[in-house]
Amino acid sequence: MVIDCKHVWNFISDYIDGTLSEEAKTDVQKHLAHCEICSAILDSTRNVIILTADDHVFELPVGFSERLHARIDLELKEVSG
Amino acid sequence: MIAAILGGETQLFHELIRPHERSVYLMALSYMKNEADAEDVAQEAFVRAYRNLASFRAESKFSTWLISITLNEARTRLRRKALVPMDSIDTPPDEDQHVSPALLRDWREIPSEAAERGEIRKLLQEAIACLPDIYREVFLLRDVEEMNINETAAALNISIPSVKVRLHRARMMLQKQLAPQLKAATQQSKRRWFPWS
Repeated sequence: MVIDCKHVWNFISDYIDGTLSEEAKTDVQKHLAHCEICSAILDSTRNVIILTADDHVFELPVGFSERLHARIDLELKEVSG
Repeated sequence: MIAAILGGETQLFHELIRPHERSVYLMALSYMKNEADAEDVAQEAFVRAYRNLASFRAESKFSTWLISITLNEARTRLRRKALVPMDSIDTPPDEDQHVSPALLRDWREIPSEAAERGEIRKLLQEAIACLPDIYREVFLLRDVEEMNINETAAALNISIPSVKVRLHRARMMLQKQLAPQLKAATQQSKRRWFPWS
């Protein structure tokens, strides 16, 4: 089936996750082969996902772990004492 | 390990929670919007988890249970402080609305090392912070913490189709905002690095 750009946009997330049916996947791939705008949308979406998953984007504050475990220690003592 | 903790080896609780520190803090931060409150909520969530450990059901995953405790804690605090309207509970955004992506003609891949750069990191953080609550929480669990669909649905107490729809919208919203910004930022810095090119 020939699908237009807007259809492809609806499929992008499932396409990236590999959860599209074989038929829909083939339709999307056929469209991507000749549509540079949709290809750029797919590539940039994938790129955004990879960048946001990088551990450097969200780092724990310095000393977070130490303070957390000190608080847990207090709780453990309180409960057992 | 949980059985051992309940049986009296309470120090093991430290080990139990270590792998979950970041995801709990991230969820807290996504609601509280500042580091100090997020840290407070995260600590409280872990303490609550300890106090309620006996009520943890083995059929669910510890990570999803922790996330739901964290969300409850964050929402309760926000409601108490009445800092921001709870759009995820009171006024759910229209689930039928379509999000159009940013239209670009070409995309040059930005390597993941770019996320180490302060300006790029800030763009990514701000764009995620701007997402409506219901999209942000799904995006953080699925794409940042890399939980699977079932775990995400369980942690947020929503259906699997809702996870998929919300994740798709979140990704499209982020692409719409970030693709032009990232393109501009990386082009600018290239010019800065190589003034002769």
